[in-house]
Amino acid sequence: MTEKPKIGVYVCHCGINISATVDVETVADYALKLPNVEVARTYSYMCSDPGQVLIKKDIKEHGLNRVIVASCSPRMHEPTFRKAIQEAGLNPYYLEMANIREQCSWVHQNIDEGTAKSKKLVAASVAKVRLLEALESKEVDAEPSALVIGAGIAGIQAALDIADAGFKVYLVEKTPSVGGRMAQLDKTFPTLDCSACILTPKMVDCASHPNIELLSYSEVEEIGGYIGNFEVKVRKKARYVDFDKCTGCGDCATECRVKDRFPSEFDQGMGKRSAIYLPFPQAVPAKYTIDPEDCLFLSKGKCGKAPKCAEACRPGAINFDQVDEIVEFKVGAVIVATGFDPFDASRKPEYGYSDYPNVITGMEMERLVSASGPTGGKLKIFTGEGEIEPKEVAFIKCVGSRDESVGNVYCSRVCCMYVAKQAHLLRDKLPDANIRVYYMDVRAFGKGFEEFYDRVRRENVRYIRGNPSEIFKRGDKLVVKVEDTLTATPLEDEVDLVVLGVGLEPRDDMRQTMELLRLSQSPDRFFLEAHPKLRPVDTATEGVFLAGCCQGPKDIPDTVAQAKGAASSAMIPLARGKVMISAQVATVDESTCRGCGFCVNICPYKAIELVTVNRYGHEIEVARVNEALCKGCGSCSAGCLSDSIQPKSFRDRQILPQIAALGVLK
Amino acid sequence: MSENYEPNIVAFLCNWCSYAGADLAGTSRVQYPANIQVIRVMCSGRVNPLYVMNALQQGADGVLVSGCHPGDCHYMEGNFYARRRLGMLKDLMEFVGVDPRRFHMSWVSASEGNKWKEVVEKTVEDAREAGPFEGFRRRQIDW
Repeated sequence: MTEKPKIGVYVCHCGINISATVDVETVADYALKLPNVEVARTYSYMCSDPGQVLIKKDIKEHGLNRVIVASCSPRMHEPTFRKAIQEAGLNPYYLEMANIREQCSWVHQNIDEGTAKSKKLVAASVAKVRLLEALESKEVDAEPSALVIGAGIAGIQAALDIADAGFKVYLVEKTPSVGGRMAQLDKTFPTLDCSACILTPKMVDCASHPNIELLSYSEVEEIGGYIGNFEVKVRKKARYVDFDKCTGCGDCATECRVKDRFPSEFDQGMGKRSAIYLPFPQAVPAKYTIDPEDCLFLSKGKCGKAPKCAEACRPGAINFDQVDEIVEFKVGAVIVATGFDPFDASRKPEYGYSDYPNVITGMEMERLVSASGPTGGKLKIFTGEGEIEPKEVAFIKCVGSRDESVGNVYCSRVCCMYVAKQAHLLRDKLPDANIRVYYMDVRAFGKGFEEFYDRVRRENVRYIRGNPSEIFKRGDKLVVKVEDTLTATPLEDEVDLVVLGVGLEPRDDMRQTMELLRLSQSPDRFFLEAHPKLRPVDTATEGVFLAGCCQGPKDIPDTVAQAKGAASSAMIPLARGKVMISAQVATVDESTCRGCGFCVNICPYKAIELVTVNRYGHEIEVARVNEALCKGCGSCSAGCLSDSIQPKSFRDRQILPQIAALGVLK
Repeated sequence: MSENYEPNIVAFLCNWCSYAGADLAGTSRVQYPANIQVIRVMCSGRVNPLYVMNALQQGADGVLVSGCHPGDCHYMEGNFYARRRLGMLKDLMEFVGVDPRRFHMSWVSASEGNKWKEVVEKTVEDAREAGPFEGFRRRQIDW
């Protein structure tokens, strides 16, 4: 290093967030005495415009060449201050942040302790910043295409927006049809639009859009690469039906030897389907699929003399020899829209969901009231004794939400309103029935929600505050045991039908998606966004965005809004055509590298290779880093025998002084 | 051991899980002992076992390394390297006579602010019990 470090230290008050437990002036005075520190100042909000101007002015006036900001977490404002010092002509990597808010003032109450610790953190930053090196970020081309995982309403909307903007979209859906959970719903609250009427045109659009390649009945197997250049591998599962030949006529399903034997996933198991099936009549693509586990020929090797579906299929689309196909492509951005699972009501055994057929979930109710459902929209309830039209109906809310006993502390945000909606739909169909809703709270927070809830109450739906403790059978009735907590009256309410307002849970296969994209979970187990307020659709993995219920429970308007947000964020690298790749990558000192290749084996990204170089007339092997592939984790460095390979900004010679500073300053 | 001995702890936290978890503890205003100072690294796999020894040499009484839960590493397998390397180091430390209570490894995810507090409390408590470290102190480096 040729130039002498001239360091500016900027200690932020952050209003009183820091200054209440850290004596910032003392910290600044202390910093001024540290080696190479030229300026040390405090300011109420360093990140604000005047705060940044302060830093920029000092860089120019004092000729600073290193900057330390002691404020919040670098995960919060490192980019802000990098940009600021860059604008003042400094290399953006000449910045170090001391985290004296999240990891100091907010977690300690004693001002002496907070001040002492802040001093140490600033000292450690001074120790490191002097030895930082200037780095240049590189730009690489970005693929002008996106991958959307999941084709529910979130995925469909995101795919359509990106495709409409002129970029190619690969829309991958696990099940045979797009549509997701929304396709199963009957009406939507609070406007009572028919769900299918507003969704199906979008389903058709996304299948016919020239910029969308729909990969239904497919799963993403592998995602490699980085923002702008993700390499994706998708498994298109065998449908055993020739996609191009199938006309969707359905002759195969009518002729299937195991016709209508299997619970239909779409109808929540209340309807039946054949082994060859279309999930629902409006499915997109309208192509049949054979379930290999249900199909006699595929599971047992024999289906009468010959499979009847194949005989019935006039275009000859049935193909039992079909195998899974692997499709590979590159994309610039990824949107995760994998949705949710409804809470499994059998995990609340006191409600008897597994024991009594007339205890059903909200999702089942949706299918039951739907004109396209298993009963054609007629409310026929099987009680165990026979089919009845219910006269006494009870809804129970917060089943599987706000309930620590099942590990879900969060509110699922949709149950209050879907229960109100279903109560309304039931009232329409059963004008004389007694309908009551057992609730803990009514949260009608959205646009038009409160008005709708008022309307439903006026329709003679009784709301009783109480959380039922048990449901059991007495004669041909179900008894809901509950205390009306507003009147402190214990009740044993006899009903014909109980609808459990089940909440939303993270998908049971979300682990797979997490591992695919290195995503994190928030405490509620949904995917974690990069920042709860300011980066709600971003993730910690650059170029990967979240849309819909995979990030947390939401209703349809919120899901669509988030999908549009994710789409517009994903389009930034696509529209620019270029992305910055991190400059904090590993680098090899070829003069000390002995070419053992340990780092080559360690690197999870295959970013290191051994190359032959000529050293003093001898051909020797040394390691070399491919900077586009390296992500800067530094695992190679900790394994290097000669300390030759080092991640920039996190070199041994930059970390060891930090350690020394923290140790010495007891 | 003096009455009011406060152990000095150096912690190495990976950027993606544990550092974020420690930030979350802050955002949630969880309170924990101020004895711990954090050095941020991108991945627990970056932590050279010698850093741990170095910290003890330089004046730390205890060291903590924390990363993503095994299987959740942002860099796919960095924390597996950390687990193996540092596990070996722990055995070695015991062998050379360093109280194993001075060194902790933990897995704290970005959502585990409360776990971070527990880990810090445990680390500080153990280092307190182990007393001031007077082992292989090296001459103090004038940095």
